[in-house]
Amino acid sequence: MARFIIRRLGQMVFVMFAVSVLVFLIFNVIPNSDPAVRMAGRQASESTIQAINKEWGFDESLPQQYITTMEKVFTGDLQSYITQLPVNEEIIKGIPRTFSLAIGAALLWMFVAVCFGLYSAVKAGKFADRFLTIIALIGISMPVFWIGALMNHYLGFKLGWFPNGGYVEFTEDPVDWFYHLILPWTALAILFIGFYSRVLRSNVLDTINEDYVRTARAKGLSERQILLRHVLRNSMIPIITLWGLDFGAVLGGGAILTETVFDLQGVGQYAADSIGQLDVPPVLAVTLFAAFFIVALNAVVDITYAILDPRIRLQ
Amino acid sequence: MSTPEAATEPPRPAGDEHLLSVHDLRVSFATEDGLVTAVDGVSFDLAAGEVLAVVGESGSGKSVTAMTLMGLTRSPNSEFEGTAHYKGTELIGANEDDLRRVRGAEIAMIFQDPMTSLNPVLKIGGQIIEQIQEHEALPDQQARERAIELLDKVGIPRARDRLDSYPHEFSGGMRQRVMIALALSCDPSILIADEPTTALDVTIQAQILQRIRELRDETGAAVILVTHDLGVVADIADRIAVMYSGRIVEQGTLDEIFYDPQHPYTWGLLGSITRVDRPRPERLPAIAGLPPSLGNRPEGCHFRPRCPHEFAKCIEVPPLEARQDKRPAHLDRCWLSAQQKRELREVRPGEIGLEKKAGAIQ
Repeated sequence: MARFIIRRLGQMVFVMFAVSVLVFLIFNVIPNSDPAVRMAGRQASESTIQAINKEWGFDESLPQQYITTMEKVFTGDLQSYITQLPVNEEIIKGIPRTFSLAIGAALLWMFVAVCFGLYSAVKAGKFADRFLTIIALIGISMPVFWIGALMNHYLGFKLGWFPNGGYVEFTEDPVDWFYHLILPWTALAILFIGFYSRVLRSNVLDTINEDYVRTARAKGLSERQILLRHVLRNSMIPIITLWGLDFGAVLGGGAILTETVFDLQGVGQYAADSIGQLDVPPVLAVTLFAAFFIVALNAVVDITYAILDPRIRLQ
Repeated sequence: MSTPEAATEPPRPAGDEHLLSVHDLRVSFATEDGLVTAVDGVSFDLAAGEVLAVVGESGSGKSVTAMTLMGLTRSPNSEFEGTAHYKGTELIGANEDDLRRVRGAEIAMIFQDPMTSLNPVLKIGGQIIEQIQEHEALPDQQARERAIELLDKVGIPRARDRLDSYPHEFSGGMRQRVMIALALSCDPSILIADEPTTALDVTIQAQILQRIRELRDETGAAVILVTHDLGVVADIADRIAVMYSGRIVEQGTLDEIFYDPQHPYTWGLLGSITRVDRPRPERLPAIAGLPPSLGNRPEGCHFRPRCPHEFAKCIEVPPLEARQDKRPAHLDRCWLSAQQKRELREVRPGEIGLEKKAGAIQ
């Protein structure tokens, strides 16, 4: 176990280093991304730009700029080029919002997808299965910004059943927190439910034909026990992989569209705004933040594997 | 088709109540090529404590017959006809709940491949206890003790410690022992063993068969042993049913089948056994041709296209009946007279009358 954790930490450092270099390089080759020009504003004089270059160190060599920026990441001194606000404060402000969205939606989509997928597999070929298949395909096909906007417009604005976006701190009012998050959770979960339930359905159908399921039936177990004890557990592994990756991405601010449509002002929305302004420091920081969660959740997935299937050992 | 077995069945001795009585069982599956009949009118009886071996090659319907008794071939694509009476319960049409009470408790099954027949993610103890508690209201601790006892009985060393092991921590032979323990956990009256030794190496085969035999003696359970290997059968069976292409072609006691085989297919099977007490043949003897595909069986006797002794009468289906006055329980499905059979089967030593027949492959 200790070796496993050390290896994963090493992996994490490597991934974050690679990601940071890539982000840094990409923003240096994007046309029209010279930060000094953007900071100086319209019709700035050449001398103003020069002064900014000097002050922010944009005249240094690229590796030197990278090192300075990364130093600031670790000391927490990173500043946005555009708003000049400290990046770490902005991210910390966004974390509870992003986490509220991510955790709630991830639980919701996993639970519903398992129910749908299992039911669909049990009823394979029958009406219920076909119906759920169509629902799943609709869910997969609807972009989240569109379904989110529809929900906001009809359920929020027209009918007034739900608030029109925004976020309330959990510590302030838990009920209102929940109320504000129902639509974002649903909108984000719909895509994943469609996708996961399809994957689970096909896994269950594969597992049902395994010899040990026949053994379970020959023991006289009920169909319910066979499904829950013998089939589901063996069918969960691919779903757990997907879940780890997707949950990690959403925790790391990957639900950019959902956060923006519902104006949650989480980490994802911060990233989206910063990308729009070609503002390198926040983008770099959010990317590192996301990479951390993706790698960490991957480790959690591997541990879950070992629990689900004793043949897999961590090393 | 008529069911001649019923009319010609030999009278049973008084008081000999059969534990299981299968009559004219037919199992068909809907496939892309249409309806395919895997089991085509199988009838047999099983007495308490008896070991019946069902022998045949792949696709002869022997496994399907065995699994059908447990209701394991049920699916939207399968159809059943005929009856299987077990202690007054009809198994073929039984509803799922009634069948569940029989499965595992009254009739238990050991499967061919011990490597895949145990759930890889559950401890073997749990898999045994689960079955015990399904059929008997035993508290956890007692069920656990029973499981340890069972593992001990099938010859697993340090049973108490191994209860918490996973299947992948056992060898193939040990896993098959676990499967046997599982099958015996509720003291069934019938143990169906579907090729229990096929996936194991030869020394382990002998041990497993020995175990099954001993357990039969201890528990008094009847055994249906499904196998393609006549060699396996010689050690353990009381009676043998030889199946070919969905039908039983010959049925009798071990001695009757081995020393007085009536059906040319049985001759071929016996002739294909390699024997250490005979001179080594240049080639291993084999029955020429291939068994017919399920969807394309010949009319009349199914063995006709491969049989060197085919004659005009073979276009009619021979009923499974006793054809020798002195042996009322030795049944076969061959139109040849007893006299002809005696002569023809001796044509070639080592091949028991089955010469290669040109163009036999259908």
